[in-house]
Amino acid sequence: MANVIKLKKGLDINLKGKASAKVSAASASKVYGLVPDSFWGMKPKVVVKEGDEVKAGDALFVNKLHPEMKFVSPVSGKVVLVERGERRKVLSVQVEASATQQYVDFGKKQVNSLRAEEVKKALLESGMFGFIIQRPYAVVANPDDTPKAIFISAFSDMPLAADVNVVLKGKEADFQTGVDALAKIAPVHIGVNPGNILAGTKNATVTEYQGKCPAGNVGVQINNTCPVNKGEVVWTLAAEEVAIIGRLFNEGKAILQRTIAVAGSEIKEPQYKTITVGAKIGDIVAGNVKTDKKVRLIDGNPLTGMQTSQDAFLLAHSTEVTAIPEGDDADELFGWIAPRFNEFSTSRSYFTWLQPKNKEYILDARVKGGHRHMIFSGEYDSVFPMDIYPEQLVKAIISGDIDRMEALGIYEVAPEDFAVAEFVDSSKVELQRIVREGLDMLRKENE
Amino acid sequence: MGLKKILDNMKPTFSEGGKLSAFGSLFDAAETFFYVPNETAKPRGAQIHDAIDSKRSIFFVVIALIPAILFGMWNIGYQHYNIIGEESTLICNFLYGLAVILPKIIVSYAVGLGIEIAIAQYKKEEVHEGFFVTGILIPLIVPVNCPLWIIAVATAFAVVFAKEVFGGTGMNIFNPALVTRAFLFFAYPTMMSGDKVWVNENYIDSINGTVDGISAATPLGQLAAGEPVTYDAMDTIIGTIPGSIGETSFIAIMLGALILIWAGIASWKIILSTFIGGALLAYLLPYSGAENFEWWEQLTVGGFAFGAVFMATDPVTSPRTEGGKWIFGFLIGAMAIIIRVLNPGYPEGMMLAILLMNVFAPLFDYFFVQSNINKRAKRAIKK
Repeated sequence: MANVIKLKKGLDINLKGKASAKVSAASASKVYGLVPDSFWGMKPKVVVKEGDEVKAGDALFVNKLHPEMKFVSPVSGKVVLVERGERRKVLSVQVEASATQQYVDFGKKQVNSLRAEEVKKALLESGMFGFIIQRPYAVVANPDDTPKAIFISAFSDMPLAADVNVVLKGKEADFQTGVDALAKIAPVHIGVNPGNILAGTKNATVTEYQGKCPAGNVGVQINNTCPVNKGEVVWTLAAEEVAIIGRLFNEGKAILQRTIAVAGSEIKEPQYKTITVGAKIGDIVAGNVKTDKKVRLIDGNPLTGMQTSQDAFLLAHSTEVTAIPEGDDADELFGWIAPRFNEFSTSRSYFTWLQPKNKEYILDARVKGGHRHMIFSGEYDSVFPMDIYPEQLVKAIISGDIDRMEALGIYEVAPEDFAVAEFVDSSKVELQRIVREGLDMLRKENE
Repeated sequence: MGLKKILDNMKPTFSEGGKLSAFGSLFDAAETFFYVPNETAKPRGAQIHDAIDSKRSIFFVVIALIPAILFGMWNIGYQHYNIIGEESTLICNFLYGLAVILPKIIVSYAVGLGIEIAIAQYKKEEVHEGFFVTGILIPLIVPVNCPLWIIAVATAFAVVFAKEVFGGTGMNIFNPALVTRAFLFFAYPTMMSGDKVWVNENYIDSINGTVDGISAATPLGQLAAGEPVTYDAMDTIIGTIPGSIGETSFIAIMLGALILIWAGIASWKIILSTFIGGALLAYLLPYSGAENFEWWEQLTVGGFAFGAVFMATDPVTSPRTEGGKWIFGFLIGAMAIIIRVLNPGYPEGMMLAILLMNVFAPLFDYFFVQSNINKRAKRAIKK
């Protein structure tokens, strides 16, 4: 059996509207859009023109710095729009899906007979390499690097996150193929939670994590088993993406299909939907969003996701779409002293501690307080299960002190690792934004 | 809702370009006092947040102070009628105390908040609520008969030079309430001689400046002077002794400590380690020749308990690391007793001990953060 690591720090936030295990196909979108911003740290160079016909698996844009790294169309059809924003930044490349889907044939491959370079090449060609995120910097991996390890977290314990046991049910074989392929490049580590269907995966070091959110964050798992030192690189992938890679080798096609959770208190029937990457959010949640109050749609989970809209395209890495009340018309009186029984808080000045453990909360998108300098100490630390001083690191980033950021371990973190800390922070500091800026600052300095 | 409508209607007047925009910060403060801000999360980053905010945490400190305030009020009256030799009732004691403390609270808040609001307006920021605690702490730690104008001067000094010059709540090095007391201590030593100032003989007259308050010796004053202590241990625990308004009752302070620790607002580590440090030194370093005084009474007399619970635990001026908190508290406790026993000039050592350790708080953090940094550096070399 796997090694077990118990993590004491963390916080599980029990939100209402978890997806039931029912899986169904989402209604197909007319137009699919691949959003370059899904792949952080990559500058896109669009290689198609409006009007071009593409197959699923044909490149839409490539990485300017590594043109061999392709980002491929999830569907076959006609390129209808290259959407650009300020300073001609590419916002999305949109493809109108044809009635029958045609896939580029990358050729079935016996993974066991491949060499590392061949695996890399296959991933770059099929668009799957772009899904690999590296530490440090939490950006799209650099194909020239040789990582010291590849980490896959096989569960997410973020609130309302999709359950890998549902998402990858029946896809264990593809997942295993994916792991076998990646193991050619570097040793593979998999983090599982108790009862995970991927715990039996071979050709990898499987570690079981017991603890509260964010134990499912790959960064937490790396820090607790094989921390990233300066000059080292670790690659990370989500479990479902590994299964897509496995399918690429087994079937010879890049089938960018995911099973995502559609969840949250403002979803009528929280459930799983099978979708194609780049689908319209509106088609995924069609008819399933409550309309009695203002709703915030989130691409991702409420802690690490970003606000989206019915017209936007699902980002490439997203494993769920969630909906919570916006709450900007709440007008709550005397919040600093009223008991506020429905609120969820880690502070015992509220009555969360009196409620049954399995109570599900409806939380809206309000920040619920004024922005302050960091006043109370130890808040971040209590939900940060890594051997890092989060508060000191954030202060180093705010002051732009690159040496100190490095010394305090910025190479080991991604913005998502600060998500729970951002939730509990009574000073309401935007930790994930700050960490993102710190990582980008450091990368610019070093590259 | 009626109130909301009124506020919404007033908002344009106070916003930039409005007639009363000079009072915008004051309006903001009032608005957030009534209503939780409706501001929602940015498109990127955490979309949900814990309901706790600094306002609520800070008001819980004020709530935790209520037992000490109420007891302090009663005790002012009790000590007053005791020294002039008159019988009095509970209500009478209480009302007398209220009459003494209320003007002090009003002056402290008016001066402190006035300055904070003005500075917030100047910096175009929201008013931070840190002063709500400082403003109530100040009346509780100054002598009973301290004139109001001196409180006003000391408060203004502390808010400007201990807090705002550093950048406001969250950025200060010293506990502002203690700086107020230190300012009084060094600038007006006759008001704060530390041993014999505490009982108010005739409050009303002292306002007019006609009669000075008669003073009664505090236990610490008696000890410093080498006199026998005339209060027994139970008096110091219940708090029926002369002293600053908030500091006398060990029981009331401990009630506050329970509230703070329960709500997770004050660090129990700092409180506990302060008492451990104080107890150890008190045991090792008894007053020479003190009669009728057990070593552990060091912890129940004077400002020791009040300082440990409400001053040392100020999150901004104490260490940020958990290990640092243990050292910080221990040294405060130890240093307070050392000053009390070994320095005849200062009968009370708590204020100076905390201010001194405020300076060292970043150093304690440094040890722990640096060891983490060293560990990381070593790991990188080993590979």
